Amino acid sequence: MYVAVKGGEAAIANAHRLLADRRRGDRAVPAITLEQIVEQLSLSVDRVMAEGSLYDGELAALAIKQARGDVIEAIFILRAYRTTLPRFGYARPVDTGAMLVERRISATYKDLPGGQLLGPTFDYTHRLLDPALAETGEPAPPATRPAGDEAMPRVSGILAGEGLIEEDGALPQDHRTGDLTREPLDFPMQRDLRLQALARGDEGFLLALGYSTQRGYARSHPFAGEIRIGLVEVELDVPELGFAVTLGRIRVTECQMVNQFQGSAKAPPQFTRGYGLVFGQSERKAMAMALCDRALRARELGEDVTAPAQDEEFVVSHCDNVQATGFVEHLKLPHYVDFQAELDLVRRMRREVEEARAAGAADREAAE
Amino acid sequence: MSATANLATYNFAYLDEQTKRMIRRAILKAIAVPGYQVPFASREMPMPYGWGTGGVQVTAAVIGPDDVLKVIDQGADDTTNAVSIRAFFQKVARVAVTTRTAEATIIQTRHRIPEAPLAAGQVLVYQVPIPEPLRFLEPRETETRKMHALEEYGLMHVKLYEDIARHGHIATTYAYPVKVEGRYVMDPSPTPKFDNPKMHMSPALQLFGAGREKRIYAVPPFTRVESLDFEDHPFEIQRFDAPCALCGSTGVYLDEVILDDRGGRMFVCSDTDHCESRRAAEPAAQTPAETLR
Repeated sequence: MYVAVKGGEAAIANAHRLLADRRRGDRAVPAITLEQIVEQLSLSVDRVMAEGSLYDGELAALAIKQARGDVIEAIFILRAYRTTLPRFGYARPVDTGAMLVERRISATYKDLPGGQLLGPTFDYTHRLLDPALAETGEPAPPATRPAGDEAMPRVSGILAGEGLIEEDGALPQDHRTGDLTREPLDFPMQRDLRLQALARGDEGFLLALGYSTQRGYARSHPFAGEIRIGLVEVELDVPELGFAVTLGRIRVTECQMVNQFQGSAKAPPQFTRGYGLVFGQSERKAMAMALCDRALRARELGEDVTAPAQDEEFVVSHCDNVQATGFVEHLKLPHYVDFQAELDLVRRMRREVEEARAAGAADREAAE
Repeated sequence: MSATANLATYNFAYLDEQTKRMIRRAILKAIAVPGYQVPFASREMPMPYGWGTGGVQVTAAVIGPDDVLKVIDQGADDTTNAVSIRAFFQKVARVAVTTRTAEATIIQTRHRIPEAPLAAGQVLVYQVPIPEPLRFLEPRETETRKMHALEEYGLMHVKLYEDIARHGHIATTYAYPVKVEGRYVMDPSPTPKFDNPKMHMSPALQLFGAGREKRIYAVPPFTRVESLDFEDHPFEIQRFDAPCALCGSTGVYLDEVILDDRGGRMFVCSDTDHCESRRAAEPAAQTPAETLR
């Protein structure tokens, strides 16, 4: 019997109630606190802050808790909050050269001013499940050393001394930095907007694209010139004061890829750069971003555009996981009106085919 | 907790006034150039992209405290996403809502145009997933914008012609392309082509919002909207063999409802308000649900 699709409101309310129950899980287990998420799931928090484009660990932790640990859902929640916040100004570019460095490695130099500093990395850990972590024991405190005064110049600066690497981005003097979240997208894009899109782009998508460039789809001969993670100061120019005010420190991961470049009509042979900068500690994302950034500069550098990673419209239109997840998942919504139209068409076309076949058979019989 | 204490405070209709102003400007431009897709700085909404964020932003930008809102999805007021969007505006704008087409000042819709003719002063807001009618012929935005600018729609006509050559008729049943006021080819959103004639010379203002794709376009009242066709293959809408099994309406769009696992099915109005109004007006017209076949 036909049952009208009534009661949508009650169904939704009940679904959300069940969701809240499942989110809480077994009441005998203590509820996880935001502090625990911030402290112990900090790389999840970092990813949500980075792709949510909002630097607030507590809110990111809340979003993660609300999303039951679904990181993309948490990013979405954070974005929807961020978009309602008023803009009171744009910070000055952060100076990553003055970073309070926690980790800094270069794959292009054995040693360099400031040294190599491994920091809190998974690198060189053996990926063996550690049963000790299931217990409650506390780890030993980290080893420390007195803070040195030694400067830690960026590798790009060292190479630039010889003129072997391109300068920092060459946008015109009067170029006003765009804001992806406040202006409609327009192709072709400038590199500033493209980097904004990549910075909030999905880690997995950029990882796969970056990987594709290493496997020959827009091969760009990259070296990890430098990766550094640490705290940088955020400064804001306050017009009334006439000088910049420090708002605070944020943790960022910066990656500078150094890429071979044969030279073109416009530029001599030199190393070019791909750039990645991400909130928090996220080396994988920063490296993938740098690979994609370099690949996307193909047009600017006069290279052939042959691979997906070089295709600006393709990459930028599809790298946002909030957009992607929404549109993929909207297929869950009812489409029965359109499906009815298609049903009607397929039935009609089948009828026509059957009629034609019957007519053909009749003709043959008549001919015999 | 830093910002969480203030989380509950949002502006009327959710969007801040600066954003509304930006969207209204885009809407005004869209009305001035019927059928042209105006880029706008679409915001992240608290519902997912692809679930009506464009329509919600347009509605949020035009709605006032005195408006009466109707939200439909697939023609029905009680489909889950329509319920969710209606509840959103009840919450953030505290406006009156209705399911009656005639009572609404703003109707937000996904996939249908109501059966009852719209009147002057009403605004129909469409949720649009892919605003570009040429997208499936040419995936690049840079190219399609050029094609619109040059009024270069040959590709679309070739596609329709190839349909006729292959099937004997045009094999597009929904999101059937239209030409607006003799200039821009426009995607009517994925409404069945059955609804296309309702857009033509409508006294209501028709606004289209595509959030993920960041485009707004419009058909002002009393604007020509012609479905693309050929002289020897004129545009036709779907026809249903049987009337609505609940209210007996003919000449309306019907949904097929499966009744059992033996091929039993019935056809009922997709527009639930239309169906209910007819049944309320003429209880005698109600026929018992009958299984076809």
